[in-house]
Amino acid sequence: MKNKTRRNHWYEGITEAVKMYIPGNNTYRTIQARRARIGTRFILPLIIGFLVFMVRPLIISLQMSMSQVNVGQGTMTPFNVSLDILGTRMVLPFGNYNYAFVSDPDFTKLLVSEIGRMAINTIATLVMSFVIAVILNQDFKGRTFCRVIFFLPVILSSGVLPGIESQNAYFNLMTSISDAVNESSGVNLSQALQNLLSVSGVARDVFDVIFQMIDAIYDIVMASGIQIIVFLTGLQSISPSLYEAADVEGCSAWESFWKITFPMVSPLLLVNCIYTIIDFFMKNDNTVMEHINQVMYGTQMDFGAASAESWIYFGVALLFIGISTFIITRAVKSYE
Amino acid sequence: MSKNNTIFIGENKSFRERNRRSGGYLLKRRAGQVTISIVRALLMFGLCFMIIQPLVTRFSVSLMAAEDLYDSTIRLLPRNVTLDNYRIVAELTSMPASMINTAWISLVMSLCQVVSTTLVAYGFARYEFPLKRFWFACVVLLIIIPPQTIQTALFMSFTHFDIFGIIKATTGSDINLRSSLIPYTLMCLTCMGLKDGLYIYMLRQYFRSVPVSLEEAAYVDGCGTIHTFVKIMLPDAVPTIASCFLFSFVWQWTDLFYTRNFISGYKIYSRELSNITSIMSKYFARNATENITVPLGRQMQLIGIGVFVCCVPLIILYAFTQKTFVQSLTMTGSKE
Repeated sequence: MKNKTRRNHWYEGITEAVKMYIPGNNTYRTIQARRARIGTRFILPLIIGFLVFMVRPLIISLQMSMSQVNVGQGTMTPFNVSLDILGTRMVLPFGNYNYAFVSDPDFTKLLVSEIGRMAINTIATLVMSFVIAVILNQDFKGRTFCRVIFFLPVILSSGVLPGIESQNAYFNLMTSISDAVNESSGVNLSQALQNLLSVSGVARDVFDVIFQMIDAIYDIVMASGIQIIVFLTGLQSISPSLYEAADVEGCSAWESFWKITFPMVSPLLLVNCIYTIIDFFMKNDNTVMEHINQVMYGTQMDFGAASAESWIYFGVALLFIGISTFIITRAVKSYE
Repeated sequence: MSKNNTIFIGENKSFRERNRRSGGYLLKRRAGQVTISIVRALLMFGLCFMIIQPLVTRFSVSLMAAEDLYDSTIRLLPRNVTLDNYRIVAELTSMPASMINTAWISLVMSLCQVVSTTLVAYGFARYEFPLKRFWFACVVLLIIIPPQTIQTALFMSFTHFDIFGIIKATTGSDINLRSSLIPYTLMCLTCMGLKDGLYIYMLRQYFRSVPVSLEEAAYVDGCGTIHTFVKIMLPDAVPTIASCFLFSFVWQWTDLFYTRNFISGYKIYSRELSNITSIMSKYFARNATENITVPLGRQMQLIGIGVFVCCVPLIILYAFTQKTFVQSLTMTGSKE
């Protein structure tokens, strides 16, 4: 039923489409063309939706990001700014981008801190979900119960829920007070350990990162529901006979973990990594997102700046997805 | 140490005897197993506790009267149990109305999403048509593009809705669709709703796993395309579709982004919840001009109740359907 043909040029798909959809030639009457038309009818909702609600808004928002927007009347005027590029003075419609990077007091700061947080959280989430998946894949009492609990965060940390408490400015005040109290009373084990290790002077920065992860463990577990399930699926699809064979050949559990489990699951690493990054970028408690909303709905009502900032944000997200895809595909390939 | 040897030693021999014969190996292995299971149990307990604990705390705090909040001898169990807080939160979030709205809107939207994504996924899984890879790349883009990038554009185009200037020409002004359900329903029907790319991916993965011969048999017996789809494919796909439905229902329930942007005309619980702090200060003020700050602990308590109330229906739903949630992912989770 499926016949895949290699195409020599990128435009052959389009010529083929024209032949298949427009009557009056030989291709139109073939069974492939008939099935192609039926298939296209199935995905028609997507095509319409994508053009109307994705491509068009994307173009508008790109246009908006380069202009000053009047929300009341729904009009846009180009927002030009003169910039020095390679020694030449040019007038370009990048006023909002200029605003985002140069004038907006918070945006760049938030963006940088959020990227750092994302890098750490992504790595931690991947490791954490992999470890939990490996444990959940073992046979022990209460396994089903644990699985149910670990999936709960998918519900509990979605949409409005995660941000709502930290969005409250007072909440931050309160946590900082409670931190201070803990510190002075010396009950905080993690803090004490951190101080101890910092004093000993061993790779201070590394420990800082690790302690940041430890402090964020709640967020990490709450963000790793789907990833755990995906890894678990991968683990369950490994045939037990592989382990049996390794056992017969005298592999220890440790060896068979690194030689069988890890390579078999590592393709899912990419999926999970991308999912984690996207999830992180779209989370409601993301400070950059909050800031963009603030610019959009707050006192400024500056739609132009908001869309410029969200484009920058999207660009950064894409960049990170690209980088991680590059690294992981390289790393995974070496196992094959 | 081999299996035969164990049988020879016999089950009725004491552990000590068997250990002696195995040269200490048995004891070592047993000790290792026990250590691993203790560590595992501790880890699992700790992580499960961490996920559950905020819910428990919120519940117990929700029952406390105002004076209990500031009593440092009270941690988890309230001394003066009261249900008054729930009444206040219900009033703050315009409760019965907002909850009912959330319920039926989530239901309608997720139904729309499921119908459209199932059709599209089936088209992708079973038919070859020109530009298929291109359209599938669009699905992946749907997953990757943060909706925040296009929110400004969609916001504008729905506030000043017009089809090629026709409406403005006939009635004199454009219509504001933003307060109605129409835009978001349209988006859901055309696969542009919340996380629709993900559902298409999941469903496509499922449809691909079904053998083609089933449909071929149906075609041979004279079934049409739609008949085959409805009678042969759909009944088997029900668990996967159900899980997509549950996901979209749950995510829709807590969603703030689409609700705030496109369904502003209805009182939706998640939006009310996000505004709860500002409403609170108005509620506790004795008259309109007075501007008071609600005490911090009280504020946190009420927000906590709001979050808890939002979670409870979802947790009940999850408790009954957790098999569907997890199972479908295990079936379709093996992404390429």
